[in-house]
Amino acid sequence: MRALWKLTLIGAKLYLREPVAAFFTIVYAPMMLILFGSIYGNTPSPLFGGRGTIDISVPAYIGLIIVTVGLMSVPIAVATRREAGVLRRYHATPLRPVIYLTADVLVYFGMTLLGVVFLILTGRIGYNVHFDGNWVSVLVGFSLGTLSFFAFGFLIAGLAPTARIAQTVGMVIAFPMMFLSGATIPLEVLPATVRELARLIPLTYVVTLLRGLWAGEAWSEHLTEVVVLVGLLVVGTAISAKTFRWE
Amino acid sequence: MDTIVQVEGLCKTYGATVAVDEISFEVQEGEIFGMVGPNGAGKTTTIECIEGLRRPEGGSLRVLGLDPQADGYDLRARIGVQLQESSLPDRLKVWEALDLFASFYRRSVDWRSLLDQLGLADKCSAPFGKLSGGQKQRLFIALALLNDPELIFFDELTTGLDPQARRAMWDMVRDTRARGKTVFLTTHFMEEAERLCDRVAIMDHGHIVALDTPEQLIRSLGAESRVVFSIEGDFASESLSESLQVLATVSRVEHAGERVIVYGKGDTLVGEVVNALTSRGTRFRDLRTEQPTLEDVFLTLTGREMRD
Ligand SMILES: Nc1ncnc2c1ncn2[C@@H]1O[C@H](COP(=O)(O)OP(=O)(O)OP(=O)(O)O)[C@@H](O)[C@H]1O
Ligand SMILES: [Mg+2]
Repeated sequence: MRALWKLTLIGAKLYLREPVAAFFTIVYAPMMLILFGSIYGNTPSPLFGGRGTIDISVPAYIGLIIVTVGLMSVPIAVATRREAGVLRRYHATPLRPVIYLTADVLVYFGMTLLGVVFLILTGRIGYNVHFDGNWVSVLVGFSLGTLSFFAFGFLIAGLAPTARIAQTVGMVIAFPMMFLSGATIPLEVLPATVRELARLIPLTYVVTLLRGLWAGEAWSEHLTEVVVLVGLLVVGTAISAKTFRWE
Repeated sequence: MDTIVQVEGLCKTYGATVAVDEISFEVQEGEIFGMVGPNGAGKTTTIECIEGLRRPEGGSLRVLGLDPQADGYDLRARIGVQLQESSLPDRLKVWEALDLFASFYRRSVDWRSLLDQLGLADKCSAPFGKLSGGQKQRLFIALALLNDPELIFFDELTTGLDPQARRAMWDMVRDTRARGKTVFLTTHFMEEAERLCDRVAIMDHGHIVALDTPEQLIRSLGAESRVVFSIEGDFASESLSESLQVLATVSRVEHAGERVIVYGKGDTLVGEVVNALTSRGTRFRDLRTEQPTLEDVFLTLTGREMRD
């Protein structure tokens, strides 16, 4: 237990000491919100069913933070530490892999949550964002999306032979996702062909679920999203458990 | 004394490379056991199989009564490990590393005193990435001692350390043994093996080619002493060589310019050489003798002549 606590604490400190990761996790999404908020404001629009840009951007940007941490921070950190021999050092102690991995997941989860809290506060204070959902539901939806993307990230790190490849693969998958899933640009303003394409992108399901829950829609309207994300979580976890290695 | 590490027929291959080829040996409780050998001899592979970090292909291992593969976690709770190659996150501070690793063990020694002992106290808040090579090495040694282990492995104990730090590590290792612990180390420094180890195994190409106390290794190989001196002026090399070569204790004479090296065995070698020189009236200076060392044994056993 003490090991889990210390690993989590130190992991969080190390995460925040990495300026690039800290920026993209905590500063980037609120910054985008301020940027687009200053252009469009939060006036209700028929395009978004009577909601404003900020109202739909806040839950969508949660997806942005999730994909940044899950597919960029996670694969790079996991594969780099393995390659540098940090995991070898842990392996030479009685530390169990499950404790190590749990701490790692807790760190990334906490950091993602921190970014989301900053994002929501920015929306609330700066633009009086509307929230019609239930906080518990949103938290559950957030956790599902986050954990399935972490599983995806660990899967990339597990399959990639080197840290460089893990980093490249993570970025190559993450960047198109950011723009084609509705996380950055609402799907409503994109052409129909792109919306078709978006259905093949896992992040779309995170964004759709979170926007829905944020607006107060029921879980029953989002069973497809739940199935896709649970599937990703299960497959990702199974493969990353199989491919985990200390060196 | 009890056997603390028992290795029987250990084998390990990487693809086509046979890294360790059916070696057997034992380490006794309370001794400093050393392993030397050229690069790629299989030392790290052997030591990491014993620590349970690598899976051997064959043979049986018993360490502190445990099977390193099946009981790896129990074993690693009781041993200390300094790896030849490992790392820590660059931004992790020295004290954080010690505090973190201490949490992995049920009980651990006070890491502040370890830092003092290893001369790292002033680097307590320095990030790992900003430490010098020798400071990193000392931090890894501190991590290996953190759980007050019964058996400690040092894979290249003093690589990267300055002479002063090296002596300090020797004292630390001797002190560890004095407290009843067992030490298993590898080194490339023959002087270190000779001075520090109770027994030394010489490894080459995955085999143990010799294993004994340093004195016994030197004696059994019949390595030769040397008498080295310079002569002045009129160097009639042929006749000088001849008059030295006839001595019973001398096996060979080498000379390069003024410098002469006489190889031979026996306690009377120096006396006989000096006598011969004096009676010939040869003037010499800078005479010294060199006793055979583990280095000579090592070269004899693993040198090219032996290999090809
Ligand atoms: N992980 C690995 N994968 C493939 N080959 C390896 C691996 N580790 C070691 N080897 C090979 O096994 C042999 C023994 O290596 P090992 O590291 O055990 O030698 P060593 O005696 O510790 O050498 P050194 O003095 O350089 O540390 C070498 O030929 C090396 O190339
Ligand atoms: Mg080695």
